[in-house]
Amino acid sequence: MAEAATLAAAERDGARVLSVRGRLDVAAAGILWTEALRDAATEPARPLVIDLAGLEICDTAGAALLLAMEQARPGAAFEGARPHVAAVLERARAALVEPPPSPPAPPVPWHTVIGQGLAVASDGFAYLGEALVAVLRLPTRLRQFRIADLLRSADQAGVRAVPLVLLLGLLIGLILAFQSLIPMRRFGADVYVANLVAVSLLRELGPLLASVVLAGRSGSAFAAEIGSMKVNQEVDALATMGIDPMTMLVLPRMAAALLVMPALTVLLEAAGLVGMSVVLVGSGIPLVAIGNQIVAWVQPADFYGGLAKAVVFGAVVAAIGCRAGLSAGNGPRAVGQAATSAVVGGIVATIVLDGVFAVLFFRLGL
Amino acid sequence: MSAPALRGTGLAQRFGSRTLYHDVTFEVAEGEVFVILGGSGCGKTTLLRQCIGLLMPTAGSIALLGDDIYAAAAPARDAVLRRIGVMFQSGALFGSMTLLENVMLPLEVHTDLPPSARDRIARLKLGLVGLADAAALLPAEISGGMVKRAAIARALALDPPLLFLDEPSAGLDPVTSAGLDQLILELRRDLGLTFVVVTHELASILAIADRCLMLDRGAQGVIAIGDPKRLRDDSEDPKVRAFFRREAA
Repeated sequence: MAEAATLAAAERDGARVLSVRGRLDVAAAGILWTEALRDAATEPARPLVIDLAGLEICDTAGAALLLAMEQARPGAAFEGARPHVAAVLERARAALVEPPPSPPAPPVPWHTVIGQGLAVASDGFAYLGEALVAVLRLPTRLRQFRIADLLRSADQAGVRAVPLVLLLGLLIGLILAFQSLIPMRRFGADVYVANLVAVSLLRELGPLLASVVLAGRSGSAFAAEIGSMKVNQEVDALATMGIDPMTMLVLPRMAAALLVMPALTVLLEAAGLVGMSVVLVGSGIPLVAIGNQIVAWVQPADFYGGLAKAVVFGAVVAAIGCRAGLSAGNGPRAVGQAATSAVVGGIVATIVLDGVFAVLFFRLGL
Repeated sequence: MSAPALRGTGLAQRFGSRTLYHDVTFEVAEGEVFVILGGSGCGKTTLLRQCIGLLMPTAGSIALLGDDIYAAAAPARDAVLRRIGVMFQSGALFGSMTLLENVMLPLEVHTDLPPSARDRIARLKLGLVGLADAAALLPAEISGGMVKRAAIARALALDPPLLFLDEPSAGLDPVTSAGLDQLILELRRDLGLTFVVVTHELASILAIADRCLMLDRGAQGVIAIGDPKRLRDDSEDPKVRAFFRREAA
């Protein structure tokens, strides 16, 4: 096989001659590229001849280099190319189209941004409306609501999330108790750490963290699953068979999330109380005293209010996950984007709703 | 005389106790368009996967551009595999990259070309397959025929002398399919490429193939090899005749 291409400069009849010899393939082009373009642009006042007589092999990458040399030095002439080299060069010349200059992106007017935001919001409301309609029509579409899907989703979102929820609850209880104990001890109020942590967990952190776990584990899974079905046209197939995707795909997942969220929340809260008790017992507070503090301080409204929030969070997180899947575009990237927007949307919605609940509970005096 | 671009010797593939084919031997000369054909399930794609280093045959050897790929050490095999290009049936373009980025990827990984050169060469490859205007599009934004063309452009990225195409016509309309056949013949003529094509599209086979190899599931191996037009007109084998005359088995 011919040696890798070399470049040599010479003079002939007042012209500058660049001779390319050997094998100009993609590897040789990579080595020569910068040097060859620099050589071609040297001494622009004199004519340039690119001598290809010694060029034995030239592939399209090599041809791209030769054409780049020609472009770097307008008026440069090729000579001596063997027929197969000339053929590749001509084919490459015909194929090479200079990219058009990309026009600068026009500034987006403020009313367009607002319009796009409103369109997204109205899509969201439309989706909620569709979900509501699907729930109302469920009695007439019971055959489309597959219990097996509900159980599978409940298993995925609930049973399989139990170890994670327990671990998370235990760690949060430990951390909260430990962090609270240090400042409370300064005031001799060690025992009230139990009150503080218990109320925080039951009213706020239990449902909030369970919802974050649901969004991260199951909201993304729902979005990826339904998004893949959308990409594979399975959702279209359902529609053409007269099956409502909302009833068959979304409602079982929403129902599953709605059912498992209270259980996950209670488990997380229980694990958190255990974690808190470990820290407090370790610091010398008897278990009986901890129990008494919790029973005396925590109201039923704290517990049931937290559970009510958990139910709403679960339904919303599942609905957002399913919507992200249903609105996925084409291709594998679309599935990834759907999963991301499911998690982000689920967590943001959870926190916003938590704020709404805080105001509502305050107004109700709970 | 130069070594054949591809040589398969005594190839066999078994899955458990089931033999897909055995004793498959063939050669593909430089500059040839060689078609592997046969009915569904006869092992066409399996044979292709063996040829491109993705599936070690149960028996036999594959010599790509003179080197036995399964006997070679991993670095040597990788070097040989970089000298072939493959177009998969689905195109297998990376959905998160534009067509230009898809074609540039092998150049980025395997060459020392500066970024401007990679961009220029990738645009040239897209121009070779008639997609110069589609460089900035994503695979999801183009038609099935364009996906196949883009996949060929990516297969051409490192200027391999040997290209493998798996079902290039699958799912395409006759006009687009004929355009792809024309592209294969032009690339062979202008760049001197060798093609190994897996297909069962009769029109494509007759349009592009210099020679073909026909596999048969029942015979568990090769039942014909040669010029497809002569096989169509002169073969005595009823299965070959049925295939070329589109008769029900």
